[in-house]
Amino acid sequence: MAGDKEALFSQKNRKLLTDPLNDDNPITVQVLGICSALAITVQLKTAIVMSLAVMFVLVFGNLIVSLLRNLIPNRIRIIVQLLIVAFLVILVDQVLKAYAYDVSKQLSVFVGLIITNCIIMGRFEAFALGNGPWKSILDGIGNTIGYAIILIIVAFFRELLGSGKLMGYEVLGHKGKTIAESTGLYHFGYENNGFMLLSPMALITVGVLIWLQRAKNRKLIED
Amino acid sequence: MDRNSNLYTFIFAIVMVVVVASALAFTATTLKPLQAENVRKEKMQSILSTIGVNVDRNEAGNLFTDYVKQEVALNADGTENTEVDAFGIDLMKETKKPAEEQAFPLYIAEKEGKTYYVVPLWGAGLWKEIWGYVALAEDKNTILGASFDHAGETPGLGAEINQSWYEDQYIGKTILDDNGEFVSVNALKGGADPNDMHAVDAISGGTITSEGVNKMLDERLKNYLPYLKNN
Repeated sequence: MAGDKEALFSQKNRKLLTDPLNDDNPITVQVLGICSALAITVQLKTAIVMSLAVMFVLVFGNLIVSLLRNLIPNRIRIIVQLLIVAFLVILVDQVLKAYAYDVSKQLSVFVGLIITNCIIMGRFEAFALGNGPWKSILDGIGNTIGYAIILIIVAFFRELLGSGKLMGYEVLGHKGKTIAESTGLYHFGYENNGFMLLSPMALITVGVLIWLQRAKNRKLIED
Repeated sequence: MDRNSNLYTFIFAIVMVVVVASALAFTATTLKPLQAENVRKEKMQSILSTIGVNVDRNEAGNLFTDYVKQEVALNADGTENTEVDAFGIDLMKETKKPAEEQAFPLYIAEKEGKTYYVVPLWGAGLWKEIWGYVALAEDKNTILGASFDHAGETPGLGAEINQSWYEDQYIGKTILDDNGEFVSVNALKGGADPNDMHAVDAISGGTITSEGVNKMLDERLKNYLPYLKNN
């Protein structure tokens, strides 16, 4: 195998890390993982914690699938992949509940939602089943970073415009009961856009990102 | 062995499932005591926070008995049920029984010479269960503190019920009207009149969760009325 002699960070391997950031972004180009992009981008903090959890599951899942790739019977490979994701997700959930109880409460249902994140099954099926462990790990890291970037951008705008906060801090000033009691922008009559907190606005934000990316990146324009 | 044969497929599936199941069973059993301890301390923390004692989870475990003087379990008719350990009552199981058979836990706390009656709550939100505690003053009518929490409401929307801006609205509201009839406190969509003693603002975008809180307060509090009227 040629891969054995390849340097750890050869150009090809570096591409595995960088491609999902732009040209092959899981959300904006492959349009996978939209469900979680809508659900957890109301606050920046949950988006970040969710990205970390997805990274753990995808990297280790990719590694396990890649190690077992020559053993998994073809006919039941999807259900085997599902078993591996479910195993990792329950593991994360249990460990968080015992050692990081507050984080586990933050994530609540979304830990379970990782199982249904199409990016994970997509990478197992499209990459880990046909590539070695090291490449699969890189692919896992690259794809989660690509996923995380979009999540964080969307969450940034939704939290800022929707609740006037970032990471829970009131960056636009404090909104009091009357204009006189308010500080910062609220003092001048600014109002939060509650619409940003609802899922349709996440979809629109993702749509705007896709549009911007396609306008900038010539490679993505289809004839 | 032929990797496409039925036998291989079966063996692979069985081995895989057994390995995964035992690994998970092992993790769950080993971590169980730690998880249970977290849940117990959190419960103490929530009870303390309704009477205005805000401490972190570990401290709550130590301070709990300093403030909470009595833990009683009540029957539906308001009499005390001495057979049950009040702190150990699992409301999730308890609320499934008919009201006459349930045991209602009540915590009587003292802080700076004032008595607080802390009533635990349990109900349904949009996605999963919600729960909380309300502390009533000595007049058994005015709410002195409320704390709510949820298992999986939508972050930024329904999940806001555990934030202080929502909880603090309940402080000073009363659960009985001028004639002493029970009316509870309701979260109203579109905002409540600040002078209304029985209403608070609901959460925009979290209507079903807000209604869940209303229903929970109404259904749980009314069971304590016989006891609160007689004592």
